[in-house]
Amino acid sequence: MRVKLSVNGSVYEREVEEHFTLLRFLREELGFTGAKEGCGAGECGACTVFLDGKTVNSCMVLAVEADGSEVETIEGQALNGSLSDIQAAFDRHHAVQCGYCTGGMVLSVKELLKRIPKPTVPQIKEGIEGNFCRCTGYQQIIEAVLDVSGQAESAGKGELKHA
Amino acid sequence: MLEHMEPSELKLVGRKALRVEGVGKVTGEAVYVSDMALPGMLHAQVKKSPHARARIIRIDTSKAEALYGVRAVIVGKELNYKLGLYVVDKDILAKDEVRHYGEAVAGVAADTIEIAKAAVDLIEVEYEVLPAVLNHMDALKADAPLVHPNLGKYDYVPVFSPQAGTNIPNLSKLRKGDVEKGFAESEWIVEREYTNPSVQHVPMETHVAIVEWKTGDEVNIWSSAQSPFTVRNLFCYTFKLPLNKVRVVVPNVGGGFGGKAGIHLEPLLACLSRKAGGKPVKMRATREEEFCLLPCRSALTYRIKTGVGAAGKILAQSLTLYWDAGAYADYAVNVTRASSYSAAGPYDVPNVKLDAYTIYTNKPYGTAYRGFGHVEFFWGLERHMELIAQVIGMDPLEFRMLNLLKPGSITITGERISDHSGDPAKCLEAAAKAINYGKLTPQEKAREERTGRKIGKGLATLHKAPAMPSFTATAAVVKMNTDGTVIVNIALTEIGQGSATAMAQIAAERLRFPLDRVKVTIEKDTDKEPYDWQTVASKGIILSGNATIMACDDLLKQAYETAAQVLRAQAVDLDHDAQGIFVKHRRDRVISFPQLSVGYAFPDGNAIGGPLIGVGRYIAQGLSNLDKETGQGLPALDWTFGAHGVIAEVDCETGEYKVLKVASAFDVGKVINPDIVRGQAIGGMIQGLGTAICEGYIYDEKGHLLNPSFTDNKIPTAQDLPEEIETIAVETAQLDGPFGARGVGEHPMISVAPALGNAIQKATGAELLHMPIRFEDVWRAVNAKEPIDNWITKTPTGSCRSDPATRHSSPDSAALP
Repeated sequence: MRVKLSVNGSVYEREVEEHFTLLRFLREELGFTGAKEGCGAGECGACTVFLDGKTVNSCMVLAVEADGSEVETIEGQALNGSLSDIQAAFDRHHAVQCGYCTGGMVLSVKELLKRIPKPTVPQIKEGIEGNFCRCTGYQQIIEAVLDVSGQAESAGKGELKHA
Repeated sequence: MLEHMEPSELKLVGRKALRVEGVGKVTGEAVYVSDMALPGMLHAQVKKSPHARARIIRIDTSKAEALYGVRAVIVGKELNYKLGLYVVDKDILAKDEVRHYGEAVAGVAADTIEIAKAAVDLIEVEYEVLPAVLNHMDALKADAPLVHPNLGKYDYVPVFSPQAGTNIPNLSKLRKGDVEKGFAESEWIVEREYTNPSVQHVPMETHVAIVEWKTGDEVNIWSSAQSPFTVRNLFCYTFKLPLNKVRVVVPNVGGGFGGKAGIHLEPLLACLSRKAGGKPVKMRATREEEFCLLPCRSALTYRIKTGVGAAGKILAQSLTLYWDAGAYADYAVNVTRASSYSAAGPYDVPNVKLDAYTIYTNKPYGTAYRGFGHVEFFWGLERHMELIAQVIGMDPLEFRMLNLLKPGSITITGERISDHSGDPAKCLEAAAKAINYGKLTPQEKAREERTGRKIGKGLATLHKAPAMPSFTATAAVVKMNTDGTVIVNIALTEIGQGSATAMAQIAAERLRFPLDRVKVTIEKDTDKEPYDWQTVASKGIILSGNATIMACDDLLKQAYETAAQVLRAQAVDLDHDAQGIFVKHRRDRVISFPQLSVGYAFPDGNAIGGPLIGVGRYIAQGLSNLDKETGQGLPALDWTFGAHGVIAEVDCETGEYKVLKVASAFDVGKVINPDIVRGQAIGGMIQGLGTAICEGYIYDEKGHLLNPSFTDNKIPTAQDLPEEIETIAVETAQLDGPFGARGVGEHPMISVAPALGNAIQKATGAELLHMPIRFEDVWRAVNAKEPIDNWITKTPTGSCRSDPATRHSSPDSAALP
């Protein structure tokens, strides 16, 4: 089937097999490899992208379903060589280790902050619970979200202490 | 302290710095093998065994081979090779017999994944199902089927002791003092058995590799491996190829945790590539394959018998560890060996008898996993310490403090603890203080009244040394560019732990350069990087850190030699800053690093020197092999000590509980980067909570794995975080550590589970012996019901405990009430 969609503001049109997921289409046909497959079953969130303004697990969406849609991926977040505020906060707070979940996590945070500009810690936890991270233990991600949402005072408690 | 400096003199070490590869990761630009595609690349899939143990009667691949787009099909009989890390016991594909559920029996390479999957479905395999040995305690019985009847004929590394004619690929022993005399002198004897199931590492990136076997046996491998040189060594051992024929490249890796330490998909993909005419062949494991085709963490049954004197000193310990290797020995034999010199914990025990068995079963096989056995045996050991304290009527903190190692103590292998060995007591005190151990605060009391739940506080200690050969070595190469920036080549892979950033800080500190003039390579390539043994064992900071310092010194020495000639001074009269080298007392006589970087040219054109390339080599020093009968020797490069304190809130009616706080303290020697230490500490702690609370393999009675997915095998999400987390660094400088530092990559995961178990026991009295601690386990323990065995389930059920009929009678501790 022929699919035409926009990714990060640019239009792409391709012939695609009906069974291709949006994730495979983005990664293998268009080269947006920032979205990762962690489970292929909609459980881990590594494949999170925006589809018409809402985050989806792109492994659970067929590419043909996205025909005519606007897709936003992690590659579209940094503009003109500058990190987005969320990306910069992730970097600053060491909210990244192996990096495999990071793209999806950043997009879930973006979606959360669109809904709730100043989320509480429980709201942040709820906002990212669909994104598994096996490395960081989530705490520094939460601190990055507090910081980028103007609650740096709460984020600042997260320091290594010395005995 | 290799290159000790006063903290006030340090400009970069001990300070915050951004991750050197952070930007590439937050933008999605960082490339992982799973993202890679090569021209003409084929896709591989494997046919997997649906049985735990079966004889392969017939494999018919003709329909698969006839499918359009299939370029190679392989079965085990074609492959006359043996693989193995320490005991060479594994075929690339199962040959006559399958030994675990999910084992690969055939491989296909095709133009697309879809064709490869269709081809796998067309392969017909006829099996004769054989009785499987699933439980590792049953595997020790005289009439148990042998998982490897040829164990006595396999090659193995001589530090291990395979027992021919049994299911035991290794038995490690330790004897210190006179354990019977110690028990005779004891006032109390406490004996218990502790268990835990196999678990999965769950790196977010599953195992993936691309391999091409080109004409003339030129092999290129791109792999999500932790240890490129180990992949190369094992690959060449198996295929009898010279090392310079095989190149292993590792770009970014989406998490390892030990599961990617060895060799995995690479040999099969290489054989498929060779059969397909040298085209590159890629395979990425599905999440289900990650659970059952690729290895897991071994289950453990740990029997501990401890004798305690009237004053509360431990006088004797009899320790028996039964490690469930699964179908292949892989790292399990070395986990067993590591446990044989560590399983008494950071305690001063005069008399010890220890036997650690590795046991084959017909289950997915065990490998390295963050903590390398310590997560498992510390569950038992630190629960045991709690139970002993209860029996003898001493506070558990006081009991531990009384028995901890201190300077002058002799470890169970005969090593004398020094002032530089690290301070377990300080870690334990810090963790205890951080949770207000031993009492409830007014707020906590109010919370109990409000909620009706009980709050308990528990502690647990931990220690670990790198489990590595006595001669473990590494190297670093530091190359200067013509603008005075430098590239650091090391083969320590960056799998998320932050080593690249720590090495950049160490190099920049030593060179006196700003951090942005130092680049540490992220992509590792065995043709380009200098040798490193493996990226495992929390040994990176000491070994690669020291090699990096030495490489920087070597580069500076070369620069000074050239500068001495240019400046007409002796090298000893020179000093340097970030810009260049100058005469100490004539700072205007200076030459810049760019001028020296690739050799210096005088105004008349004459040139001296050459490219500045520093080499640093570091090998572990003073370690020795362990005596096979007594276990005595010096196995430890360093010991990192630590402790966790946990506050838990328990509903005694239902067994449900919540972790309110975890406070963790580690003696890291010297913090190189506080944010990275904290990231390792918290990430490891949460991974430890996963092991403590919910994770584990569940089999049915035929050995089928029932939960190979995130639906049925939960891992912690952000919702599982404790309400409060505190991370504390203790800094007792390590004599041979870079700036005094020692490793802390694995340690945060160790002893989280027993600290939680101890907190729950404090709140409820529940005597928990099995990890993970599910809510129903707490409920059963509170109500003193028999713990249910649903790890090899019998309802549909079966797993890690022995057959109840033969389970040895309940612990016969005379002193117990």
